[in-house]
Amino acid sequence: MTLLDVHGLTVRTADGRPLVSNLSFTVAGGERLGLIGESGSGKSLTTLAVLGLLPEGMSATGSVVLAGTQILGAREKELTAVRGRDAAVVFQEPLTALDPLMRVGRQVAGPLARRTGLKGGRLRAATLDALAQVRLPDPERIARAFPHEISGGQRQRVALAAALACEPALLIADEPTTALDVSVQAEMLGLIDTLVREREMAVLFVSHDLAVVAKVTDRILVMKDGRAVEEGTVRDVVVAPRQEYTRNLVASARTLESALDLRSAP
Amino acid sequence: MTPVLELADVAARYRGARADVVSDVSLAVRPGESLALVGESGAGKTTLLRLLLGLARPTAGTVRFDGVPLALRDRQQMRRFRRSVQCVFQDPYSSLDPRRRVGPIVAEPLRSLGLDTRAGAAPKVAAALEAVGLPADAAERYPHEFSGGQRQRIAIARATVCEPRVLLADEPVSALDVTTRVKVVDLLAELKRERGLTLVMVSHDLSVVASLCERTAVLEQGRVVEQGDTARVLGAPAHAYTRRLIDSVPRLPT
Amino acid sequence: MTPTDLLARPAEPATGRRSRRRSATLVLGCVLTGLVALLAVVSFLWLPYSPDDTSGGRLAGPGDGHLLGTDKLGRDLLTQLMTGARIAFGAGLGSVSVAALVGVTLGVLAAFAQGWLDDTLSAFLDILIAFPTLLLAMLVVAARSATLGSAVLAIGLAQSAVVARLVRILVKRVLTQDYITAARTSGTSWPRTVAGHVLPNIWPTLVVNLALQFGLAVLAEASLSYLGLGAPPPNASWGRLLQEAQATFTTAPAGALAPGILLVLLVIGVNLIADGLRDVLDPAGRGRRT
Repeated sequence: MTLLDVHGLTVRTADGRPLVSNLSFTVAGGERLGLIGESGSGKSLTTLAVLGLLPEGMSATGSVVLAGTQILGAREKELTAVRGRDAAVVFQEPLTALDPLMRVGRQVAGPLARRTGLKGGRLRAATLDALAQVRLPDPERIARAFPHEISGGQRQRVALAAALACEPALLIADEPTTALDVSVQAEMLGLIDTLVREREMAVLFVSHDLAVVAKVTDRILVMKDGRAVEEGTVRDVVVAPRQEYTRNLVASARTLESALDLRSAP
Repeated sequence: MTPVLELADVAARYRGARADVVSDVSLAVRPGESLALVGESGAGKTTLLRLLLGLARPTAGTVRFDGVPLALRDRQQMRRFRRSVQCVFQDPYSSLDPRRRVGPIVAEPLRSLGLDTRAGAAPKVAAALEAVGLPADAAERYPHEFSGGQRQRIAIARATVCEPRVLLADEPVSALDVTTRVKVVDLLAELKRERGLTLVMVSHDLSVVASLCERTAVLEQGRVVEQGDTARVLGAPAHAYTRRLIDSVPRLPT
Repeated sequence: MTPTDLLARPAEPATGRRSRRRSATLVLGCVLTGLVALLAVVSFLWLPYSPDDTSGGRLAGPGDGHLLGTDKLGRDLLTQLMTGARIAFGAGLGSVSVAALVGVTLGVLAAFAQGWLDDTLSAFLDILIAFPTLLLAMLVVAARSATLGSAVLAIGLAQSAVVARLVRILVKRVLTQDYITAARTSGTSWPRTVAGHVLPNIWPTLVVNLALQFGLAVLAEASLSYLGLGAPPPNASWGRLLQEAQATFTTAPAGALAPGILLVLLVIGVNLIADGLRDVLDPAGRGRRT
């Protein structure tokens, strides 16, 4: 069953310059797709278009169907219903994604209450449970904290908890670990992998880092200058890239990795 | 050989803070050597870098330059120090003044250290830009006309224009795309090889460290938990934290 | 794509509706301000009548040798308006100069101050801002005398607090940038860093703000003169013209309307200029489209 169907998506700036051109891909229920690309490839813009969140002045043509709803040209009311229920998102920078003036607990409780209709003590319990599921230590303390009082890794877990609280069919993660330390990144990737598997959620994972995407997704789509360059299973693309651009990308990643292997060979 | 830069039992803390950000740190870099300071956020990397750059004073211990304690008030010594020790920063979007053309940006060390007049600096700026692989007309343009990787090249040109002996680099490639990252790492390796530059690099990216530095010091919560040859530290880590860092590096499937 | 990605692209000349609207704003602002400025400049070279020539009939209507009529003492209104334009510009430029000089100096110092000094300076600026301009002006006028100079000084001082607070924030933000650290590690002294990096980077925002302050200063001077605290008679400040024409508004409306219209034109013109300057002044901003 197709959950997300993007067909011929083109995103243009106000002066008509295309930033995404004729992009097509699908994500089935429970499937995990990685969008790979360097800066300027249009990968983040694509996720914004999927959520109907394009910045002012940009226009999209083509078709984006998410769980049966046409996103492009939809009214704000329809979009609000889709966001959260069908798709939720975790952004790169957790400090700007969370409201700085609201306690962390309330930011998770909000979407939770909307979905479940829980109130009072039961909502509180569910909130703490949601925080515990993303393996935050001492959820009681974290729930009372403001975003700036917890670490970057903890903030990103909170953002993940808020996204998962909606139990969306599709989780969109836009560079969710880029701002994190390596060891925190490893934990976060493991966490996303486990939680999404348990819930049989579909994932659209956006990153510039092949190795990171490979940890979480089954299939990847390589983008360059707003166009799809190559698509395939992670293994196929990484081991036997067909396009020049992808070969270059993989080779660069391998160069750095091999330096590490050489040095760290016992 | 006397170390060019040395930290001896150094501790530092922020104004008004109770605890030290770094404590008991002893490190030495000999001429021509390359040292990586590895650690995650909050490990004290940036503080150490500020000490090594002569931008802050340690609360305990000594920073030595060519074997002599660094005195931030000694103008003559600081001039020699600034000329010998230059820095490349992490964010190429914030490290270049957006309202200056590239020429004056690259010439700044020459002009501020009184090494050259504006006219005298021009050929050196052109040579520095060429050495980092930028076209000569780059000097006439503004930073925003360049991509992230090109900006980082401009920053490297600025840091090498006065022919320093030591280059300090604060996460020099972490803001760049992978393909660009490889190219900038290559450029740094080339400068190191051809000019005998001493390199001190702060980084959390172990593959970049492995590509560029012969020696590695691992920092955890303001202390050096392990230091030695990069091959030894990464190949046979003695400390649990180092092992965890190495295991955390995401790998491509093979 | 993140905003930085958009920045990374090579800048293209700003195109499309936005830039055209922007330059239209600037042009309209310059035209309005220029018209009033022309009155002021011409007044130095030529006036229809001498400012103290009372030969015209009292409250004569427009025409008959007096293009806009005369006031209740028989003085030519156009002559008065033209000398008033001088005063308006003098007050605006004078106040803004005082505000810029005092405000930028204080603001830069405050930005570099740390600990208790920073707190004290901030508190001082806040109190100065909370103090009504007119009240401050009355104090200055009481201490000195009711001259144009006193009014300009009072308005300038009041505005310098606003400018200083803005400059403090702008400078603090610039000081966190890596290019400042790079300047220090390049051996650039603090005075040179301020002159070479800090001021050029706060300049666009500062100029826009000073242009707005100019408009406010013109209004403030008119208010002071209206209250009799500005330039003393026979100097024909627009504010005083308004006040004098107020009693005879029903019989000779031109006397109040004309200075009022000029005041509005000048203030709107200057505000439009400030608006148009905002983006035009920023070379890095030209590449920005977020």
